[in-house]
Amino acid sequence: MSSIKIRSKRMDGKTQIRMLIAHPMEHGRNRDAKTDSLIPAHFIQKLTVKHNKNVIISGNIGANVSKDPYFAFMLKGGNIGDKITISWVDNLGNKDTQDHIVK
Amino acid sequence: MTDNRRAFIKKSVALGGYSLIATGGLLGSSDANAEWLPDTSILQQTLKRLFKAQDIIASDKIAIQIPKTAENGAAVPITVTSSLNNVESIAILVEKNPIPLAAKFELSPDLEPFVSTRLKLAESSVVMVIVETGEGFYSAGEKVIVTVGGCEI
Repeated sequence: MSSIKIRSKRMDGKTQIRMLIAHPMEHGRNRDAKTDSLIPAHFIQKLTVKHNKNVIISGNIGANVSKDPYFAFMLKGGNIGDKITISWVDNLGNKDTQDHIVK
Repeated sequence: MTDNRRAFIKKSVALGGYSLIATGGLLGSSDANAEWLPDTSILQQTLKRLFKAQDIIASDKIAIQIPKTAENGAAVPITVTSSLNNVESIAILVEKNPIPLAAKFELSPDLEPFVSTRLKLAESSVVMVIVETGEGFYSAGEKVIVTVGGCEI
């Protein structure tokens, strides 16, 4: 199952794109409650959003973004059937991609 | 003999006094301090690295929607909108966090200047937004009071 959930909503000729990504977003200063050792940093570094193969957002993300990050953007125009592709890469090299069709 | 000794003492006192003034003057000057005192905060360093030596102008055309007080610093919702033209990127910084930069989004012209996300705040802090347009850099800030920090959560 993908770690990315995408929702889109058409409103007044615009399209709102919302996404929820399942990710721990550890910044590396938290301690494990049981072992009292530092939890290594593990956070999303790059977020890319494509609209019909054009990159519309390229984001550099830091560990200051909350656990299971949520992002929302507003697209000018956008039509039913448009393809939105969202992908992320974290500092450990993990990555995920998810497609979404605007309804 | 006595004259000689007197002259010597006079001279040495005068010289000692002079050197004292000279060193005092040197330590008091800001040039000497700048070498070893860190004069810029982490936020300033981040801004310098991100935006080079560009001028950042405070603007009222950036609207930040964020709670004034947050009960839980682990997830503070923020929505940034702007009425500026030709927005190229939006950066969000949390001033008091150990690493201030939270996110920087480069937006294509197809997008409205609108970004919404959730932030971690270690303590009460100013959340700063810097919007890059074709004309220059604009900033806005909003103070958030956090009752429980977001770092240990």
